[in-house]
Amino acid sequence: MYDFEYHKPGSIADAVKILSADPDARPISGGQTLLPALKHRLNKPTSVVDLSGIAELKGIRKEGNKLIIGALAKHHEVAESDVVKGAIPALAMMAGTIGDTQVRNRGTIGGSVSNNDPAADYPSAVMALDATVVTDKRRIAADDFFQGMFTTALEPGELLVAIEFPIPEKAGYAKMRNPASRYVMAGAFIAKTGGKVRVAINGAGPGVFRQTEMETALAANWSADAVAGVKQSAEDLNSDIHGSAEYRAHLVTVMAKRAIAAAG
Amino acid sequence: MNVVTPFEGIGASVRRKEDLRFLSGRGQYTDDINRPGQAYASILRSPHAHATIGGIDIAAARAMPGVVAIFTGADMPDLGGIPCGWQIHNKDGSPMAEPMHPVLAVDKARFVGDAVAVVIAETKAQARDAAEAIEVDYAVLPAVSTVTAATAPGAPLVHDAVAGNICYDWHIGDKAINEAAFAGAAKVVEFDLVNNRLIPNAMEPRAAIGDFDRTTDEYTLYTTSQNPHVIRLLMGAFVLHLPEHKLRVVAPDVGGGFGSKIFHYAEEAIVTWAAGRVCRPVKWTCERTESFMSDAHGRDHVSKARLALDANGKFLALHVQTLANMGAYLSTFATSVPTYLYATLLAGVYTTPSIYAEVKAVFTNTVPVDAYRGAGRPEATFLLERLVDVAARETGIDRIEIRRRNFIPSDAFPYQTPVALQYDSGDYQTTLDAALETAGWASFEERRAEAATRGRLRGIGISTYVEACGIAPSAVVGALGARAGLYEVGTIRVHPTGSVTVLTGTHSHGQGHETTLAQLVTDRLGVPLAQVDVVHGDTAKIPFGMGTYGSRSLAVGGSAMVKAMDKIVAKARRIAAHLMEASVEDVEFDRGTFRVAGTDKTKSWGEICLTAYVPHNYPIEEIEPGLDETAFYDPKNFTYPGGAHICEVEIEPETGITTVVNFTAVDDVGRVINPMIVEGQVQGGVCQGIGQALLEACVYDAEGQLVSGSYMDYQMPRANDLPMVSVATHVTLCTHNPLGVKGCGEVGAIGSPPAVINAVVDALKDYGVRHIEMPATAAKIWGIINAGHRLAAE
Repeated sequence: MYDFEYHKPGSIADAVKILSADPDARPISGGQTLLPALKHRLNKPTSVVDLSGIAELKGIRKEGNKLIIGALAKHHEVAESDVVKGAIPALAMMAGTIGDTQVRNRGTIGGSVSNNDPAADYPSAVMALDATVVTDKRRIAADDFFQGMFTTALEPGELLVAIEFPIPEKAGYAKMRNPASRYVMAGAFIAKTGGKVRVAINGAGPGVFRQTEMETALAANWSADAVAGVKQSAEDLNSDIHGSAEYRAHLVTVMAKRAIAAAG
Repeated sequence: MNVVTPFEGIGASVRRKEDLRFLSGRGQYTDDINRPGQAYASILRSPHAHATIGGIDIAAARAMPGVVAIFTGADMPDLGGIPCGWQIHNKDGSPMAEPMHPVLAVDKARFVGDAVAVVIAETKAQARDAAEAIEVDYAVLPAVSTVTAATAPGAPLVHDAVAGNICYDWHIGDKAINEAAFAGAAKVVEFDLVNNRLIPNAMEPRAAIGDFDRTTDEYTLYTTSQNPHVIRLLMGAFVLHLPEHKLRVVAPDVGGGFGSKIFHYAEEAIVTWAAGRVCRPVKWTCERTESFMSDAHGRDHVSKARLALDANGKFLALHVQTLANMGAYLSTFATSVPTYLYATLLAGVYTTPSIYAEVKAVFTNTVPVDAYRGAGRPEATFLLERLVDVAARETGIDRIEIRRRNFIPSDAFPYQTPVALQYDSGDYQTTLDAALETAGWASFEERRAEAATRGRLRGIGISTYVEACGIAPSAVVGALGARAGLYEVGTIRVHPTGSVTVLTGTHSHGQGHETTLAQLVTDRLGVPLAQVDVVHGDTAKIPFGMGTYGSRSLAVGGSAMVKAMDKIVAKARRIAAHLMEASVEDVEFDRGTFRVAGTDKTKSWGEICLTAYVPHNYPIEEIEPGLDETAFYDPKNFTYPGGAHICEVEIEPETGITTVVNFTAVDDVGRVINPMIVEGQVQGGVCQGIGQALLEACVYDAEGQLVSGSYMDYQMPRANDLPMVSVATHVTLCTHNPLGVKGCGEVGAIGSPPAVINAVVDALKDYGVRHIEMPATAAKIWGIINAGHRLAAE
């Protein structure tokens, strides 16, 4: 990796100050994306701002009908949290399937969501659960937050602080892993919250997206059979050596059926 | 004195002596070695598959912090090219095309990863920083990455002097007899198939340290090699022009090779040469990404096969045409793999009377391709065992029955095949019967029906195979174009108090030789295992050796040890006879005890050893003191392990995901020295074979970029991809080496891929599929199922 300056601020304000002053500074939490990029010399930040000492970014709690997860919550913490398991079991289950043990003990929800890797897990949960992304400056609805491959509504210097998940009546997640990387090749997170159904698809396309036809079908009939009849278009889906867009489109329906089955 | 412990000898599953070191992190690998004053090398590699190099500007890089030196191909005008160890001849008798493989690319880069320049700096990071600052003036040329593209009319030439990109156009067998056999056949089965290209991925990436002592002019190379003496010979004689006595090569602990660490690589020559130029040790450690684009790859064949049968399903003739990818340059043993290690195996376990094989080796703009676990024999076995299954289906004969009808009978050994090899022993009916029994072949349809109730497609597949390893009589391989002998060397050094150090020319890089070879000594000399150490991997310690590959270490290296031990026992008996005042003919030796036959007069091993080194009462006029012996053993033939592998899979039709649910291997590896180690070797080989069959694909795009260039895209087998593998052995002894051993390192990787694919095709039998290319990925299988559904709907 190239040389960079290392900062470890103790507060959000201090972190934002460094990040705002220098467009080439990069925040780091678990480092599961940035560190490999640095090691491969694919990224050359002037400084790396380590968020791990900021207490305000930590914690998992339930407030009323919301589950609030701090940006620094590690995947393992989310997977094992009784609060998460009680409120949104599908979210805890999802967290327990990210990467491997090492990744889950380092990677954080804030890092995953703000990176918005199309093959990541969390963005589909945030989207399907209609969560709100809380930053140091504002609150952003999930539909506005994700803007395609590795792109979000976050502005330079803006820091993701926490994610607020409304607690759904039902939610389920299923994914097919890429055989080599074990990232998501096609995944579906489906939730019914306040009577409304949202279906978010990850892995298959250039970014997480909502499958509105399935939402309509499920609103009328909450069952695996309802989504089985919905064919995902292969247009605009990813195609690579691991599978064609047509295969991924097919998997979207298969995973949606399984997500419904998991949601009960 | 010495306690004889029979459970440590031949046949005992003793624990591996080397494992405490490996499992507790105390192994000493090349990258663990650091020499005083060491500098670090970083290699600048071509990002283009094919490009002329107009110029290389190192000025900016040379001025970077910490830079000691920068070298390009232009700085090495006196160095030889990286040599190829086996010359193949064309059908017309002319020699193969053998273009120069410069240590650093001079005028042209020929694959992504081709070494273009080297930076030596104080730290690894500084070396890499400076390498990035080198400006290379590339003019990109059209590239060819597959044998099909490279042999198309008008294809770009990898080497201007090699017409049509053909390295050689070789054949074996009698064409006229073959054609006549086809003309008279009742049935001909035709079949095209690919053997997928693989990237070896040893756990330890390659590394090399060059060291130079200017007071003695001696060079030392520490390297991740399976054969340090071969590297010394190739690099010293052909590339750097250094005499052996001024060049030491050390291959310390090596973390896996699978063939990829046999070859002499440019980086070894670079660090050794550069150490002399900068008068400092120079270390290079390959990064994983770098190893994907610079370790020799494996397999990569495209073949057409035709099998002629009579009305009873007896094989009459086989005709095979294969295009084999060599990559951009000829790696050390690349040329022998698709010829003498492949086409000679096309008889398999069958009595096919006529075989004619034509092989064209093809240059492409890819990493050189060379031997990878099995080397040629997995390619032959895959072709043959798929072809036999297709033939069974197209003749309506059961696939077990068609194999039985064509097996070489157990009483037909030694058996001369029509493709040069003479099999010494084997018992294919028995290994088949044992595998069928263990795998529950007869009750499979019940399991298929049960799986169907769960919505799963279950299939079963078999392969019955033979392979040739323990290569091979030096005179024979020499006549076939090998530029080396293939004997092995063993020194048994008996110490004054009776413990033993074995110096072997073979090399252990995970196989457990430090245990297996020690067991031979325990068994023969009666010395407890704890008192036997095996030393390997250092040209300064070992007299000579050809190294470890092709499952040869025990069959050839172990046999050399037996010869050396025979000499020791002969001498020790003379010493014992002197001490016991008996005639030599009357002295018997059995595992540590010398006895005058028919008496209770004995001397122990330890007493004889001490006498040999403290010769107070000793026939000094007749026998020299000391008890060290060295033997060279040249094999009389290949050895021929064989057996039957049965694989059972389940496919989830919705996703195409295949799970290997059962795997049974029954192998005849000759005499088994350590059953536990054999089981581990077979399991490991089977796992690599499953990897090839279902998971691993090395993919280049049309421009020659390596698409599967990291673990993000190259699927290495992981624990949850693999089944428990049931391993059993059935022994027929090798008839021509003193141990009766055949070799077990490669059988798993050779026998298993066709068993897996035969099972997958069987599972998909209702979808009209004749063949599925490896790797049979979920996406590919779903494509077949989906097409089948579409067809049914129409």
